[in-house]
Amino acid sequence: MSNKELNIFKLLSQKPWEPAQAALDNEHDGKTFGLSKAKLGVRTVMVVSTVIFSLFVVSYSDRMLVHDWKSLSEPWLLWINTIILIFASFIFNKAKVYSDQNNFNKSKNALLLVGFLTFSFITGQLLVWQHFVSIGQYASTNPANAFFYLFTALHGLHLLGGLFFWGKATTKLLTNNFNVSKTKQAIELCAIYWHFLLIVWLILFGLMIAT
Amino acid sequence: MSDEYKDNKIEAKSADSSSGGYAPPVEHIPAKEAPEQELYHAKSFWTKWVFSQDAKVIGVQYALTATAIGLVGLVLSWGMRLQLGFPETFSFLGPATYYQSVTMHGMIMVIYLLTALFLGGFGNYLIPLMVGARDMVFPYVNMVSYWVFLAAVLVLIASFFVPGGPTGAGWTLYPPQAILPGTPGSEYGIVLMLVSLSMFVIGFTMGGLNYVITVLQARTRGMTMMRMPLTVWGIFTATILALLAFPALFVACIMMTLDSILGTSFFMPDIFTMGEKLKTGGGSPILFQHLFWFFGHPEVYIVALPAFGIVSDLISVHARKNIFGYRMMVWAIVIIGALSFVVWAHHMYVSGMNPYFGFFFATTTLIIAVPTAIKVYNWVLTLWRGNIHLTIPMLFALGFIVTFVNGGITGLFLGNVIIDIPLSDTYFVVAHFHMVMGIAPLMVVFGAIYHWYPLITGRHLNQTLGKIHFWVTFLGAYAIYFPMHYLGFIGVPRRYFEMYDSPYMTSAIGLNQFITIAALIVGFTQILFLYNIFSSVFKGEKSERNPWKANSLEWHTSDYPPTHGNFGKELPVVYRWPYDFSVPGSDKEYIPQDVPPSQVSTAKAEIT
Repeated sequence: MSNKELNIFKLLSQKPWEPAQAALDNEHDGKTFGLSKAKLGVRTVMVVSTVIFSLFVVSYSDRMLVHDWKSLSEPWLLWINTIILIFASFIFNKAKVYSDQNNFNKSKNALLLVGFLTFSFITGQLLVWQHFVSIGQYASTNPANAFFYLFTALHGLHLLGGLFFWGKATTKLLTNNFNVSKTKQAIELCAIYWHFLLIVWLILFGLMIAT
Repeated sequence: MSDEYKDNKIEAKSADSSSGGYAPPVEHIPAKEAPEQELYHAKSFWTKWVFSQDAKVIGVQYALTATAIGLVGLVLSWGMRLQLGFPETFSFLGPATYYQSVTMHGMIMVIYLLTALFLGGFGNYLIPLMVGARDMVFPYVNMVSYWVFLAAVLVLIASFFVPGGPTGAGWTLYPPQAILPGTPGSEYGIVLMLVSLSMFVIGFTMGGLNYVITVLQARTRGMTMMRMPLTVWGIFTATILALLAFPALFVACIMMTLDSILGTSFFMPDIFTMGEKLKTGGGSPILFQHLFWFFGHPEVYIVALPAFGIVSDLISVHARKNIFGYRMMVWAIVIIGALSFVVWAHHMYVSGMNPYFGFFFATTTLIIAVPTAIKVYNWVLTLWRGNIHLTIPMLFALGFIVTFVNGGITGLFLGNVIIDIPLSDTYFVVAHFHMVMGIAPLMVVFGAIYHWYPLITGRHLNQTLGKIHFWVTFLGAYAIYFPMHYLGFIGVPRRYFEMYDSPYMTSAIGLNQFITIAALIVGFTQILFLYNIFSSVFKGEKSERNPWKANSLEWHTSDYPPTHGNFGKELPVVYRWPYDFSVPGSDKEYIPQDVPPSQVSTAKAEIT
């Protein structure tokens, strides 16, 4: 894992024709980063998601300046949901620590708890939707509402995507049919993704209460 | 054409030392630190050829699907040209059909044909082979990517059959008109278009993940980034652009879908129609334009950068000379990619923005001319005193350079606010973008198909048909688009269904008829080309291994054409860049990338 091109400027100014560089290059193992492909994949997905959410935030900030904007009043249920999601992220970290210690029994229980909390969060979000619909706050009522529905829906879809991979890892642990290093990695990556979605939610939620 | 090479041959071979005659290399080869990727081995016909996880099969699937939908785009352009050349002649062409043809032609060609062909088609086929990998890093995700793309294409086709037909809002789909009554397809067509685009973005992101990570992490030993063929550099950078730019399209599509279905007003301004105010209001159509062009401008380079990369390789191989200024070519690709994100508002000079904003975007736009010009000079300097073989790929590559310079120079006109304003929305713009991102990349696509067809099928395309194809396409493209510059200068607006009896149109009538006839001829020639592709699979002249005497790894697989797993037992080890042609001091005419220095000890290192 030597001579990784961590700096793009260094990489682009290499002189591959020089004998010294050629000797180094011949030793190169063909990997740019000392990361597993799955980890890099999750990072790429997070970058793309960040771009998507940033563009929504930009659109939100642009749209809220218009006179017809009426902010939503956030129901207390949203605060509870937020706390549930924070808790889920925290437990996921526990699950990761346990799996690092090869304590897969405890890790399995933590994962199950995470799943429960995450599904509760999604149910809670749906209850918030139902609450808004029941008091006549539809997506078309006001742009603030439209953004609220959009943000929660997209965030929820991201979580469901994460739950798919969580389900794969958890099923393997439950059936006791797993490859240790692969499962460790899956748990670690899911945990990272959960933290990422927590941060996204905190930013979106913060944006909605601040305005 | 391959018999033109009378040079001393060296046996093309893989690094699998058991199959070739190489002495074991004396160079020190570092031990592999990680075990090789597990490869999915398909068992049945279905998993091998239909739900395939092999990047080569997926690449061909992408290419065939893109070509099929591209044919629809071609036929739509004929409808358009028939109306413009001979108005009031064809009863099946009304204003609605005309606008639908314009819209669908644009969207299909830019996204479903060119983007899918370059990244999905060439990207999938070439990246693993060129960097020395057995497959993409996530083959399953790669397969899903193709099926989502196919579904997006099917949804797009479905929009032709819903009440009201496909959308006729223009390929930019500007709200509010795209979703208001009066525009064709404003009810169902536009929704299907937006859904199809969103699916395309999702499918592409899955593919893009593969292309980027395969290039970064799955290269073979010795293949540093600065030893990669420029084709890979072009596709790699374009994929990064696409991963960052397509989200803007996705966001815009989702918000407009909601505007259309749920009656939200993300983009809908206050509108009075029939004396009554619409329920929606307060939204910003300009916001959509910003989002659309934040995707739309990088999209130009998503198409152009792979073309730049591929044409560099074609020119180098067929001129038997190393590419001039390899490092500078890489720099130019990276700089163009970075700059492409800060120029988008030059598509919006007439949207009423602050003049200083326009000044900023005009400046950044004109700066892009610098790296682009460097690339053109480098292609020309590669040709300079090269051993140019006028093979069909070379003809297309030369056609590309001329066409690209032509379209690039009109881009300099349009990049200046003050020149753009009178030319905006005229045929000058149509001529410009067809030259620079229609014909120029297509020249590369054609050149690349003639170049890599033997690799894919083991047979050559028919040379006579190929020459006819090249000359009719090349000259025909100029017959179509040169007159359009003039039409723009005399002020003929684009997107108009008919000019009726405008007094200044007299000189345009004959020109329009001429353009239409040229377009029909060029279009039919493409069908000849497709016939060539399909018939040569069975009847083409058999190609020997590595017919163009190229150095890059895709020609040096253990099986020819490459089979599942790409390389033999051992992955090749790379010792040089792929441009070692006519190396001074070497007794070999070309030195493939996997030939160790000990076998070509007399060769001098070339400074790039």
